[in-house]
Amino acid sequence: MAAGNDTTSVEYIQHHLQNLTFGLHPQNGWSIAHGQEEAREMGFWALHLDTLGWSIAMGVLFLLLFRRVAVRASSGVPHGLQNVVESIVEFVDRTVNESFHGKNTLIAPLALTVFVWIFLMNSLKLIPVDFLPGLFAKMGVDYMKVVPTTDVNATMGMALGVFFLIIFYSIKVKGVGGFARELSFTPFNHWALIPFNLLLEIIGLVVKPLSLGLRLFGNMFAGEVIFILIALLPFWIQWALNVPWAIFHILVVTLQAFVFMVLTIVYLSLAHEKH
Amino acid sequence: MDYIYLAASLMIGLGALGTGIGFALLGGKMLEATARQPEMGAELQTKTFIMAGLLDAVPMIGVGIAMYLIFVVAG
Repeated sequence: MAAGNDTTSVEYIQHHLQNLTFGLHPQNGWSIAHGQEEAREMGFWALHLDTLGWSIAMGVLFLLLFRRVAVRASSGVPHGLQNVVESIVEFVDRTVNESFHGKNTLIAPLALTVFVWIFLMNSLKLIPVDFLPGLFAKMGVDYMKVVPTTDVNATMGMALGVFFLIIFYSIKVKGVGGFARELSFTPFNHWALIPFNLLLEIIGLVVKPLSLGLRLFGNMFAGEVIFILIALLPFWIQWALNVPWAIFHILVVTLQAFVFMVLTIVYLSLAHEKH
Repeated sequence: MDYIYLAASLMIGLGALGTGIGFALLGGKMLEATARQPEMGAELQTKTFIMAGLLDAVPMIGVGIAMYLIFVVAG
């Protein structure tokens, strides 16, 4: 919808950046927020239904797709979908073998899930900006931010999941004492420098999930805003900008999913190193 | 309130400056290495894209936060 004058363009951007929030509103209790102020008033107890919905939908799509191919896998000449799934699984397996040096059966499936799930969630961005929100607006759902990875909660949630795995495996492989010793003696192996070491190591540990989550969020959010800005232009010129930006984003979508997976593997393999 | 737009444009501009130089160096080195060993071309390219993805993090976080400032905070 081409934007009229300037005010509606800001509202248009605001509308497309607003999540469908369901939460505990001080006045009208558990309800769906009708505006940004209402969503803000809900404070902590608020869920982004659209982010949750789309991420779960993509997760289920991934599971069904891969299960259907796995069940029907024939050792004969593989046809279409099986080729795709086989190439992805082999690709992830090769990457895991290259960069993961510990011995853990959880890592490869985790890497495959992270890669394909994030790829599917990111690829929702290639659907034109107004298509799904418009569809849902007809069904009375007024706010719909389709791409889950443009919501910082989703990306930080995944990053925190990886962070807990790092802590869990560090303690499991190195033992609490080993992990604590590694944190306090790593750069300088001298008892007097423990506080300095600890400071360095703790920061290094906390930056991992932070950069992991914010990298995905930053790329996807910035890309989404550009798509929305392009949608503000008169419709007959939109394709001139939308097509190159979407083509560029095919690379960005895959690359960010791949980088998230590679870093997850590398962080977990660091956690498995036993000195 | 206008300082938000100044802050956001600074964040995006300086981030882009750093990334531009970084990618230029990265790309240059990749071309040199590929010229020296053409058979390693494909592998070098994938490694360059991994580094590009990693390098992209900091400016993209800046752009993400700057856009958040512009549209949500000062929207």
